Amino acid sequence: MDKAISVEHLKFAYPGVDDTPDIVVFEDLNLQIKQGSFVAVLGGNGCGKSTLAKHFNSILLPGGGKVYVYGMDTSDPEKLIAIRRCTGMVFQNPDNQIVANVVEEDVAFGPENLGIASPEIRNRVDRALKQVGMYSYREHAPHLLSGGQKQRVAIAGVIAMEPKCIVLDEPTAMLDPRGRREVMDTILKLNAEKGITVVLITHHMDEAAQAQRVVVLHQGKVAADGTPREVFSQVELLHSIGLAAPDTAELCWELNKHGFDLPLGSLEPDECAQILYEALKV
Amino acid sequence: MLKDVTLGQFFPGKSVIHRLDPRTKLLILVGYIVALFLAVSWLSYGVVFVFLAVSIAISGIPLKSFFKGMKPLMFILLFTGILNLFFTQGETVLVQIWTISITLEGVIRAFFMVFRILMLVTGTFLLTYTTSPIALTDGLEALLSPLKKIKLPVHELSMMMCIALRFIPTLVEETDKIMSAQKARGADFESGNLVQRVKALVPILVPLFISAFRRADELATAMECRCYQGGDGRTKMKLLRMHGCDYGSFLVAALLITAVCVLRGFGL
Repeated sequence: MDKAISVEHLKFAYPGVDDTPDIVVFEDLNLQIKQGSFVAVLGGNGCGKSTLAKHFNSILLPGGGKVYVYGMDTSDPEKLIAIRRCTGMVFQNPDNQIVANVVEEDVAFGPENLGIASPEIRNRVDRALKQVGMYSYREHAPHLLSGGQKQRVAIAGVIAMEPKCIVLDEPTAMLDPRGRREVMDTILKLNAEKGITVVLITHHMDEAAQAQRVVVLHQGKVAADGTPREVFSQVELLHSIGLAAPDTAELCWELNKHGFDLPLGSLEPDECAQILYEALKV
Repeated sequence: MLKDVTLGQFFPGKSVIHRLDPRTKLLILVGYIVALFLAVSWLSYGVVFVFLAVSIAISGIPLKSFFKGMKPLMFILLFTGILNLFFTQGETVLVQIWTISITLEGVIRAFFMVFRILMLVTGTFLLTYTTSPIALTDGLEALLSPLKKIKLPVHELSMMMCIALRFIPTLVEETDKIMSAQKARGADFESGNLVQRVKALVPILVPLFISAFRRADELATAMECRCYQGGDGRTKMKLLRMHGCDYGSFLVAALLITAVCVLRGFGL
């Protein structure tokens, strides 16, 4: 199985309250995500990124079209548990997804629900906590941890279920810069070392730049899709849908308006500096 | 100020009492309470007291924390003591003021009643001081699980308890934040009479409730995502196991109850 997630002609609308019309989110969305890839989904407010994420493990069901997760139809109620086992989900607010009042008990929550034998749960919990670097905190109370640590516990809780894919819905939105870096490092490590497919919903350009592929959503449609370099060099397009490119691309773009001819694909400050150096050297 | 709120205070430790299975501790506590209520004489009270004192000594919990926990009970203790002191009929009148008299029986009875409440509360404190809340809910769930047969939602209740314990500190923190935010807008919580103060709480409670409902909603989604389907087919990471010391403790508790029963049989 090569495809992790496949969205085919997805239609979805939130029902309107009382007399207000339904709020249409997707009319005909198509998207494929490969097993083992790291995909960032970008978009402004209300473009449907979170709604899309909720389709990936049957929290929301398509109003039309199909969503397949590892070949399983998300609208098939019998596949529900199997789908949720395959795709774990991490949400924005770390406080509202931690169930137990001891870190290791919380990580054990998922495997316990799956009915796994006790010694195996212990192994998985220890392994998951080590992978996110929270093993030494296993007996702590979650409310005493920092935001980044809590979010890493939430990620451990998901990987203890050994999913093939993790969907993260703006996991860093409520964190300080240090917490964001901790979480991003954890995600990158899981993707590189364990081969877990990662779908990262975000509105931080620098986070999206670390992915292998960036999908930009706008008004329920895919506005741009490609490697971070390809997507972020389309600065005008990003501006037209209310997004900003990473600072490096923005800088080169502004300079190009004043007569330079710089490539826009640089994502790292060092790389951008090198480009500027080359341009100014002559 | 709200940071001081502590519920189900737990003192981590490594004593035998700490290591006992939560089920053992719960059952022994029930046995202890029964023994306490069966006790009628100085001697039987003494036996129960020795049991409690030895347990506290083994647990290594400082006595100070028991006294601290006792403070909110002062009123009930005083009330019980005074009521028994003045309203027990007896023959040996010690003091007589107008129509109220204090008898020797009254003094003894008041002493026993206060002592009984004190021992009862201290015993329960010993349980919560030596058992983590999560172990306690696990133990309760295991002990109550036979009631599942009569459709009592035992697992759901213990899950609810566990989540409530988890969210107490989060909501306390949130209340603190809301209070600061409302104070910054000129809300006044510290002055005025009782009615005004209660009214001043409304702007705290409304946002707190809204946020609690939102949290509940998000938590429910997160739990569903982690394949939660209720108690059926669920396993536990930490299995409750009885060890030698559990059986030993049962033996001691059984001896305690027998001793009190025998003493009662002899009218002591």
